[in-house]
Amino acid sequence: MPSPRFDITHFSLSRHGVPVLADVSFYVDPGEIVCLLGPSGGGKSSLLRCLNRLTEPPPQTIFLDDQDVTEMDVLALRRRVGMVFQQVALFPGTVADNVAYGPGLQAESLPPEEVSRLLALADLSAELAGRDSQELSGGQAQRVALARALATGPAAMLLDEPTSALDPAATRNVESTMLKLRQSLGLTVLWVTHAPEQARRVADRVYLLVDGRIVDEGTPEHLFRPGSQHLTAVFAAGELGEHES
Amino acid sequence: MTSLNLLSELPRILAALFLVVVAAAISRWQHLDLEKQMLVAVVRAFIQLTLIGYALNIIFAADNPAAILLILAVMTSIASYTSGKRGQGTPHAMRVAGLAITFGAALTLGLLVGLRVFTFTAQQIIPIAGMVIGNSMNVCSLVMRRMHEEIKARQLQIETALALGATRQQAVRPHLKTALQSGMMPIVDSTKTVGLIQLPGAMTGMILAGASPLQAVQLQMIVMYMLIGAAALTGLAASWLSYRQFFTANHQLVEA
Repeated sequence: MPSPRFDITHFSLSRHGVPVLADVSFYVDPGEIVCLLGPSGGGKSSLLRCLNRLTEPPPQTIFLDDQDVTEMDVLALRRRVGMVFQQVALFPGTVADNVAYGPGLQAESLPPEEVSRLLALADLSAELAGRDSQELSGGQAQRVALARALATGPAAMLLDEPTSALDPAATRNVESTMLKLRQSLGLTVLWVTHAPEQARRVADRVYLLVDGRIVDEGTPEHLFRPGSQHLTAVFAAGELGEHES
Repeated sequence: MTSLNLLSELPRILAALFLVVVAAAISRWQHLDLEKQMLVAVVRAFIQLTLIGYALNIIFAADNPAAILLILAVMTSIASYTSGKRGQGTPHAMRVAGLAITFGAALTLGLLVGLRVFTFTAQQIIPIAGMVIGNSMNVCSLVMRRMHEEIKARQLQIETALALGATRQQAVRPHLKTALQSGMMPIVDSTKTVGLIQLPGAMTGMILAGASPLQAVQLQMIVMYMLIGAAALTGLAASWLSYRQFFTANHQLVEA
């Protein structure tokens, strides 16, 4: 499936009557990795959840290949746009059971070689297939979640702080896996992170989201170049958004 | 019909009450402050049972189908209200409880009458309905509460499943199963051990009233099967109706 483009236009969101996001607009080109960077609690995850309609966005604010997501079949949308969460929830059973979950919903069984292929995409050994899902390290669990998300054959991925619960080594590994995947599958990726170094390592382009608004945008080279006066560099230096939790 | 004569049994009632007086005296002596609560309970039980005794006497004598239905409706309403109160974490808890209990009780009672296990007379239907509706109420409360707890605790798993393209029904299924099983557990356990630990109420009553144990056992079997059936039907309806309160039609989990 060709990788799609995301357009977010004039998106605003309130939670319990309090505005969280105000008039946010940006795009993600096909096959691009875009990082949504910003302090925790700034509404990044809330926005991400609207892209696959785990939360219903206002109509005419989020478009996938020029189609309003609120007018699409929600289940088909979620198969096309995979998601990986900050906290991994693996289902009871084996690693293979987890990887086969998505196809299983459509009454399709996943042959063992297909499970191995998906595990390999997430840089996991095929030997892991029979392992109990509750006996994995944090990094392994996150990779299984990734393989599971890839099993429905998505053309785009939403990553919600996928490495914030991982140690530095596991974080780097997941990052390199994602970069490889973008290369091999041509996935369109929207990556939410609060870590400027991560955005710098993985993103083609970065949007800085502070207090519910996009306050800076550009390529990492541009935003993080030495002596940059960009807000992103200020945020990276820890001098922005520190009042948030 | 024999007319109700409470006074004929008064010496026995007073004898039973004597036990309460002894317990209250001990409570008073030990400053346990139980006696007031006990007094209230004893007086309430006397008034409520006397009233219902006279009421049932009149209703049994009249044996009017419309009156029976009216009483069933009142019983169901009280049960639904009670269960709905318990399940307040669930949106529209009253409606969910009302529908689930009505469904479970109506289907069970309808089958029992349809299969000629009981006749549609006040004397048979009202005590039976009391047991069925009371049990359905308990199961409904348990299932609703557990369903809410499960959805709240398993939010991440449920949303993970939804994000993988699961329908709300597919996403909630393992948690619905847990809620239903835990709601059914008391009645299933008491059915499994019936007769081994304690003799259930209907059977005890029949034996005390002079029926042979074999007669009593047969009635008790009918009662247990009927209660477990009603519990399952009510529990299914309650779990089905209550999980839907936590999702939108677009397979989105509403904050539980």
